[in-house]
Amino acid sequence: MRVLVTGVAGRIGRIVARRLLFEGHEVVGIDRRPWPDAPKGLDMHNVDIRKRPAENVFRSGKLDAVVHMATVTHFTSRREERNRINLDGTRRIFEYSAKYGVRDVVFVGRHTYYGAAVDSPLYHTETEPPMAVATFPELADLVAADLFAGAALWRYPEMNTVVLRTVYTLGPSRHGTLASFLRGPLVPAIPGFDPLFHFIHEEDAAKAICLAVHHELRGVYNVSGPQPVPLSTLIDVTGRRRMPLPEPILPRLLGRMGLPKLPPGAMAHLKYPIVIDGSRFAEETGFEPDYDESQTMEAFRWA
Amino acid sequence: MPFIDPDVAERVERLELPFNRYGLDHYGIDKGYLRGFFSFLTFISQRWLTVNAYGVEHVPTQGRAMIVGNHSGGVALDGAMILASLMNDMEPPRLGQGMAEKFLNRTPFASTILSRVGQFTGLPEHAVRLLEDDRLLMVFPEGARGTAKLYKERNSLVRFGTGFMRLALQTGTPIVPTAFIGGGEAIPTIMNLYRLGKLVGAPYVPVTPWFVALPRPTHCQIYYSEPMVFDGDGSEEDDVIQSWVDQVKDRIATLIEFGVENRRSGDYSRPVPTSAGTDAA
Repeated sequence: MRVLVTGVAGRIGRIVARRLLFEGHEVVGIDRRPWPDAPKGLDMHNVDIRKRPAENVFRSGKLDAVVHMATVTHFTSRREERNRINLDGTRRIFEYSAKYGVRDVVFVGRHTYYGAAVDSPLYHTETEPPMAVATFPELADLVAADLFAGAALWRYPEMNTVVLRTVYTLGPSRHGTLASFLRGPLVPAIPGFDPLFHFIHEEDAAKAICLAVHHELRGVYNVSGPQPVPLSTLIDVTGRRRMPLPEPILPRLLGRMGLPKLPPGAMAHLKYPIVIDGSRFAEETGFEPDYDESQTMEAFRWA
Repeated sequence: MPFIDPDVAERVERLELPFNRYGLDHYGIDKGYLRGFFSFLTFISQRWLTVNAYGVEHVPTQGRAMIVGNHSGGVALDGAMILASLMNDMEPPRLGQGMAEKFLNRTPFASTILSRVGQFTGLPEHAVRLLEDDRLLMVFPEGARGTAKLYKERNSLVRFGTGFMRLALQTGTPIVPTAFIGGGEAIPTIMNLYRLGKLVGAPYVPVTPWFVALPRPTHCQIYYSEPMVFDGDGSEEDDVIQSWVDQVKDRIATLIEFGVENRRSGDYSRPVPTSAGTDAA
């Protein structure tokens, strides 16, 4: 199979590309960022997914499958830039895929789609609407990209579209939303609240994405990792210190004193859990994480 | 935790729940929190109130089941005492999982503690998931209407919601009708402050002769009756569901009557009724 991976220079993109190459596929990569020590077999294109050269990759590529992971979060980009990459970028990828006869498209989304709220249940299923739009405006573009990708199921019925909602990734690369939150020695917490955090080892996340390519799935699937743990356990096991700060003053201290910078909407994530049910994906692909919650946290800590 | 009851700690170890190396199950239920929480409840249950349970052999020792009980006043003291009874009187001990009021999850510390001891917000999604996971659910179909009962209404039943019946049918869960007697004496509510409740985010704030809704030492009784199983899938018409809900309500009313009679006579040796109607006693 000839597979295009967008956002290939990202931490999970690299692992996905290596895995696919190892499995004997031809892999094409797109990323604005360089990947200096990219594996030899990779057909790397340093282009922007929203620009014309990206279409050339599709036109001349004879691609069978596309793994779209070129999306960004508030930790890396400002709002306008995020909208352009997450929405315009995703739109282009689906349009090109349909135009140039790609059979399988995998959109890699995030479990924060479901949002954290006082009355949200543990273990969200794929049928639930995105609460994140109301509670966390900074996630709106990612939620929109997720829904837009899902709409490809009826817009391009000849194409197998898969939307994956993966939990936070964690691991030795120390990159990603959760890793950015845990970067410093002190991790902010709201006294009296200790929500469950759901995460997956980055190798397992890549494994799940590759499985989605192989199984020619259609539809929306949660990809969950090992069992979730409370924020306090996550902080302890990763060797950080919990910094309890009252909710009214916490936003003012973020980004200072070694604390991570978080948008106001992220406060809900420090109070209420986002835990997802990945059983449908596991049933259809046989996916099981290789790393348990403890190995995942230790891998991040000792990298 | 300030003090841990060694017997409770031993019982927590024997709970048949899938704990990981940190003592957490996949809902975030935490052995450490269970030890502290149940030590406290056991102190209230055995030293302060003295609660006795009858008919505990009717509660299934494994598999899904739904404890359906009455509220008897003030705060959900009845729920807490039934949890203590399921932990202390059952062999092997079981963790009852109640459905908490939403405002508690919004309240600092209460949110953390209830989450770590398996008392999740009362959402149908939680109920279905826990039952499908073969847990022991504890439900009070009277809801906040039930805890709002005044002293003189303590042994009555108010309207039962029907959600629990549909959930039980949908998941094939046996219902264990349960009565709690004495809660109204322990926390005699003379009035409920609804406006103050609104201010603090609670449904209401109960007031007792000593103002706060803290229990005075009282003997209380819990009666578990034989499990009731209804044949359906939860998609039945409202009037069918209502008639089955009424059967459960009647059984609980019988248990309450039986319990009140026992309190009057001081004779607790009679077998717990396993059908509705006074003649079963």
